Amino acid sequence: MDFWILQAFYGISYGALLFLLASGLSLIFGVMRIVNLAHGSYFLLGAYVALTVIWVTDSWLLAIPAGALTIAIIGLAMERIFLRQLGFAPLRQVLLTVGFALLFQQGALDLWGGDNMFIPVPEYLNWSIQTGTLFFPVYRIFMIAVVAVVGVILWLVIEKTTLGAVIRATVDDAEMARGIGIDTSTISMGVFALGAFLAALGGVIGGGFTGVYPGLDFEVLPLAFAVVIIGGMGSLRGALIGSMIVGLMDNIGKGLFPELSYFTLYAPMVLILAVKPTGLFGRE
Amino acid sequence: MALKDRKKILTVMIVMALVGLFTPFANDFIRLLITQTLVLGILALSVDLLLGFTGLASLGQAAYLGMGAYLTAILVDRFQFGLGCDLSLILLMGIAIGAAGAAFFGLFAIRATGVYFLIITLALGMVVWGLANRWNSLTGGDNGINVMMRPNCGVDFSNDINFFLLVYIFFCLSLTAMYVLVNSPFGRTLVGIRESETRMRMLGYNTWLHKYLAFVIAGGFGGLAGVFWTHLNGIVSPEDVLLPISVDALLMVVLGGAGTLVGGPIGAAVVVFIREYLSTLVEWWQYILGGVYVLTILFLPDGLMGLMALVKTWRTDRSEKEGAEASSGQVR
Repeated sequence: MDFWILQAFYGISYGALLFLLASGLSLIFGVMRIVNLAHGSYFLLGAYVALTVIWVTDSWLLAIPAGALTIAIIGLAMERIFLRQLGFAPLRQVLLTVGFALLFQQGALDLWGGDNMFIPVPEYLNWSIQTGTLFFPVYRIFMIAVVAVVGVILWLVIEKTTLGAVIRATVDDAEMARGIGIDTSTISMGVFALGAFLAALGGVIGGGFTGVYPGLDFEVLPLAFAVVIIGGMGSLRGALIGSMIVGLMDNIGKGLFPELSYFTLYAPMVLILAVKPTGLFGRE
Repeated sequence: MALKDRKKILTVMIVMALVGLFTPFANDFIRLLITQTLVLGILALSVDLLLGFTGLASLGQAAYLGMGAYLTAILVDRFQFGLGCDLSLILLMGIAIGAAGAAFFGLFAIRATGVYFLIITLALGMVVWGLANRWNSLTGGDNGINVMMRPNCGVDFSNDINFFLLVYIFFCLSLTAMYVLVNSPFGRTLVGIRESETRMRMLGYNTWLHKYLAFVIAGGFGGLAGVFWTHLNGIVSPEDVLLPISVDALLMVVLGGAGTLVGGPIGAAVVVFIREYLSTLVEWWQYILGGVYVLTILFLPDGLMGLMALVKTWRTDRSEKEGAEASSGQVR
């Protein structure tokens, strides 16, 4: 029983991290119909920028917004200067993001070197709550809390505001949205920047327990894909459910069948895709 | 048209003949690079069949290379099988396992189109990578499998020149086979599907089956490339099936020009040159690679082959203009 409780807790907190990464990916797909293969790079770069801010200012609290905002600006520039130029050409845009992923990878290696690094977690989060024989790290509880807050804000904005309605309209039918006077170009830009922001936020927070190292970008990317595929693309609710499923499957799979752990993660994903190409909660 | 085609074929044949004649006398390093280009070139051909002729962007082609590569390595490592003349069997088995893998995966993948196809092939690639990485008892896990010896069947392939010639012959065969394939009625149907699947379906073609067969054939070529990949590197590890190889394969085709067949191998040459040669000269080679990709996609949607066509039209345009100016001058 203890095993299951702990695995569930670890799975959910890991899923929380994945939600930050994948919700942006999902929204970007919804609005622009492209898969951003540089999304893992945002995660990694966010963590690196945060690390630098910590080195300079010694403030972890400052590092979180600094990392996320810097990457949001990079994302915004990438969308404006390069992706926008291609107009509506999903395949070329996807390939372009691959090029950027390679560039970011090399840039990160040059600027921050090849060592494994950790984002130091402040003292007040670096302890565990003990109940019986179980230890629950407070940092992971903090992660779940952050994602709960971010999730609620996103949900409120998208479901309850005019801006949210405009975004939903663009996700459903960009052409029609343009037809009724919605500036889909600006929406794309905003959503792309938001996605980069969320991924970088995930990187900063995740850097406290997964560490920060070269190759992390391409390591988390497939996980983010797993999430949006299971949850369906362009759907926030799907991203949440998907990230919980992936987080739990990843942890439990690794615990039960270490030899097949990735297989247990990706094989169900393939099955879901085969049966319903738009994902469990995707809009057609 | 026929004349122009014949001219193109002749050019390719001359280039390939030069490669075959020149490489045995090149220095070891260059020969290695060319051999690697040809192996990746076979993989690129398989991607081009899907992307350029069927309109399916596969981001998991490394999976089939991996299947061929692991099969070769496991048979050599466990059973010392495939080190003599049984190499020919290995080559057939490599093609077979790649095709069989694609036949199985295709059942899931072919339903999807566009970006969804890209993602599902990526997911399938990750399945294979996951198995390679974690199924220690079969694949050696993280460390992979070392293959210290190359086959020797009368001809000793541990000699790099002989190995090059082997790869070279199979590359030429693959290129020819692909050329025949895409110009066959089957290949023309694929192009039709690329242009408008709905229309082809209305005309009564079984488009699912055509796409499925193209996927299986591409898998077979991937498996063949995998057999050479193992013997080229002397090791196979999960990194060989990981996303970057699939990404590379796709970008080689885009770089060279999709739907041209020779574009893929040309792209492979550029990528191998930057990755292996330029990286020994400058440390920031990856910026060049990334930059080349970005610039190609932004400015050369038809790749390097498109560039040649562009130069040609520009030149004919100019000569026509000059001709027009000259004639208008006469009138005046």
